[in-house]
Amino acid sequence: MAISVNHVTKRFGDFVALDDVSIDVPDGGLTALLGPSGSGKSTLLRVIAGLEQPDSGQVLISGEDNTRTRVQDRNVGFVFQHYAAFKHMTVFDNIAFGLRIRGEGNGTIRERVRKLIELVHLQGFERRFPNQLSGGQRQRMALARALAVEPRVLLLDEPFGALDAKVRQELRAWLRRLHDDVHVTTIFVTHDQEEAMDVAEQIIVMNDGRVEQSGGPRDLYEHPASEFVMSFVGPAHRLGDAWVRPHDVEIHHQPNGQTSEAMIDRIVHLGFEVRVELTLADGDQFSVQLTRDEVDQLELSEGEIVFVRPRATRVFGPDGAAAGRAPEPELA
Amino acid sequence: MASADTAVARPPRAGLRVPLGGAALARGTATLWISVIVLIPLAAVVNRGFEEGLGHFWEAITDPEAQSAIKLTLISSLIVVAINAVMGTLIAWVLVRDEFPGKRIVNSVIDLPFALPTIVAGLTLLALYGQDSPVGIHVAYTRAAVVCALLFVTLPFVVRAVQPVLLELDKEMEEAAASLGAPNHRIFRSIILPNLSPAIIAGCGLAFARAIGEFGSLVLLTGNIPFDTQVASVYIYGRIETNDASGAAAVSVLLLLISVGLLLALNAFGSWRSRHERA
Amino acid sequence: MSAPSRGARWGLRSVALVYLSVLLLIPLLAVFWRTFEHGISEPLDAVTSPDGMHAFWLTLLCVGIAVPLNTVFGVLTAIVLVRQNFRGRRLLNATIDLPFAISPVVIGLALFLVYAPRDSWVGETLAQNGIQVIFSVPGMVLATIFVSLPFVVREVMPVLQEIGTDQEEAATTLGASPWQTFWRVTVPAIRWGLAYGIVLATARALGEFGAVSVVSGRITGETETLPLFVQSQFDKFNAAGAYAAGLLLAILALLVLFSMNLLQRRSARAVDVEDDEEGAPPAPSVFVPQPIEKEA
Repeated sequence: MAISVNHVTKRFGDFVALDDVSIDVPDGGLTALLGPSGSGKSTLLRVIAGLEQPDSGQVLISGEDNTRTRVQDRNVGFVFQHYAAFKHMTVFDNIAFGLRIRGEGNGTIRERVRKLIELVHLQGFERRFPNQLSGGQRQRMALARALAVEPRVLLLDEPFGALDAKVRQELRAWLRRLHDDVHVTTIFVTHDQEEAMDVAEQIIVMNDGRVEQSGGPRDLYEHPASEFVMSFVGPAHRLGDAWVRPHDVEIHHQPNGQTSEAMIDRIVHLGFEVRVELTLADGDQFSVQLTRDEVDQLELSEGEIVFVRPRATRVFGPDGAAAGRAPEPELA
Repeated sequence: MASADTAVARPPRAGLRVPLGGAALARGTATLWISVIVLIPLAAVVNRGFEEGLGHFWEAITDPEAQSAIKLTLISSLIVVAINAVMGTLIAWVLVRDEFPGKRIVNSVIDLPFALPTIVAGLTLLALYGQDSPVGIHVAYTRAAVVCALLFVTLPFVVRAVQPVLLELDKEMEEAAASLGAPNHRIFRSIILPNLSPAIIAGCGLAFARAIGEFGSLVLLTGNIPFDTQVASVYIYGRIETNDASGAAAVSVLLLLISVGLLLALNAFGSWRSRHERA
Repeated sequence: MSAPSRGARWGLRSVALVYLSVLLLIPLLAVFWRTFEHGISEPLDAVTSPDGMHAFWLTLLCVGIAVPLNTVFGVLTAIVLVRQNFRGRRLLNATIDLPFAISPVVIGLALFLVYAPRDSWVGETLAQNGIQVIFSVPGMVLATIFVSLPFVVREVMPVLQEIGTDQEEAATTLGASPWQTFWRVTVPAIRWGLAYGIVLATARALGEFGAVSVVSGRITGETETLPLFVQSQFDKFNAAGAYAAGLLLAILALLVLFSMNLLQRRSARAVDVEDDEEGAPPAPSVFVPQPIEKEA
């Protein structure tokens, strides 16, 4: 089921959470809403779900206008950051809840729940209560619960935010595999750009209640449409007027045309990669990412004066929007 | 988790680092205070109740007038608790989930029965619903008066027990249920009520314990007519006035058994729940 | 829940407000009205009469002795229950709630049986030394102490539990004696819970009727507190006097309510019921009104 949001605005008192937002999510796709706190991404998700009503605009699910439909009738699956488990019910009853609402027979319910429990690897936990499960298990239960009623759309609000780093990694991979199997249109909200890049096919970047850019992970990384997107999706530094990625910078011992002078503050070895922290002539901090081998070849040391040259930069206009790439620097 | 040796060898928690003798002194003083003020007098009641033998005790509590008073007390208290279970939850709901001008004042007013002397409570009800009632409702000297007075004094218990639970209730559970298709009444029945019921039960228990012992508000309003509108506490008072201390003590012991039993049950229920309720 | 329909919301609100008006608000206003129904002089005379004034001061006396005593022992008991671990702690904790669960008349009877000269050796001994407890002020004070005993304990305990021992331990490492730690660290930390408990205890002490009634003998002009005065005026068919005294008590009660409200908003605490493991103190009493953290 494809989803369209057309010119939605939502205010909470004086605060504008969504400002004329329009997005399109393809049928069966796996989309991330990415942005910092307060960007409006959770609000947008809740508007799509029907948990919030927009002040103006439309929400279309599969071409049908669902803007005024109650959440009960939209048939969307929603997964919360803090699981929202029915703590007075067993795992089985939690998952079966939606089916019982619809009046399904006991036999059907048992079958369906059993399949879902297998799908989320919670065999043996049917009779347990949520407070007896770990965070990751609770979230898998919440997912199974949402999927039980075969929703048209699956919406996840920072689903892994409350979990440990390791569990987060596992569940990310698991969500991707799940999507491959089940193929329901899925939208998830995250503030973690790495998570978005890792999991999603399409990323919609939001800031201050507006959509900054929408596209695939590579697209956003290599062709950011604005300053915000460049600095939010992937590491980025200012170099004068332009922006550059730390791995797109060369270090030389001699000045060389387009180079800038800088002093090495610190060389941080992060396994295979090395981060060289520098201070530029104008006092700004900067960092360059090199491989181990490159650093060895250059024989860099802390306190040394070196000269940096970007391989590729982007310049943005005064309003932050893209003005294109800076001209390719001439090779010395 | 805590092994047997740690449980035994664990010293008192640090903090106020009084010398060990000081800690024992504090403990002893606290215990002495409570014993002298509370425990010894209560023991005296129990003692007196059985002083003249079990047979006499039994006679005292099966005395027809006593029986009538006890029955009236128990039945009225049960009725009042049932009403409070519903109205208390409703009021708590409105105070937590609704917004209207003056809500803060209404919220404060709930505590009025806690702050108001019971005799004045009876007086206020008498002023409006007594013999020369301006609104034509006359409940004075009737059994209805007992229920009215008890409703007044027990009002805050269920409301205040439910309010904090309702405030803490995870709204997302309700949203999850809605997203799964549950209509509002179903959400209330299957999600909200089960999470509120322990608080409602606790509030009802407190209300009941309070109701069976209530005295001050009933003294003016009910007329205390034996076999008609006389409750157990008033009966006991009457026995004291006529120098029948053992009769008074016997019925007192009965009331004590019920309310202390209830208190223990509620405390046990409370700590059982805090052991099992995590997440 | 998706927002309940406006109709449903209005319906619930109306039922709640009507119920509260009929039960609480309108009767309270009726007391105001009844007091001054036939003019201001009668009620004023009744309250300022020697018996009325005596009742007023006697009430203040009982409260003035009972509440400070219960405050001191309340804080002591709270510290013992929260910071110490000993056999019988659970039992001690349970006994604190007894005054809540017992009928005031039974309390009066209990005191009677212990302190009346003809009923017990304690009473006899005291009488031989010239101390009369029953039908006299000391008995009334004892009754007032009994009924107001739990409040300070129950309000201070959760706060003590919440703040933990960290601050006290820090003070000790900086060289403070136990007494200094207590006054400079513990008391300031518990002050709002303490204040709230004192207010509740005062309200309870002011309003006590049943126990004091039994113990005092209700001798007008001698052993009548203000609540007892209300009843005796009523018995003498002096309705104006009864309502006047009742109004006075009601105004005091409203002042208490007001203080409670103020303190509730000041005391920024959430009462957390800790897991009841081996070392943790018992769950706080369900009997005592805990300040509601905030209105929704």
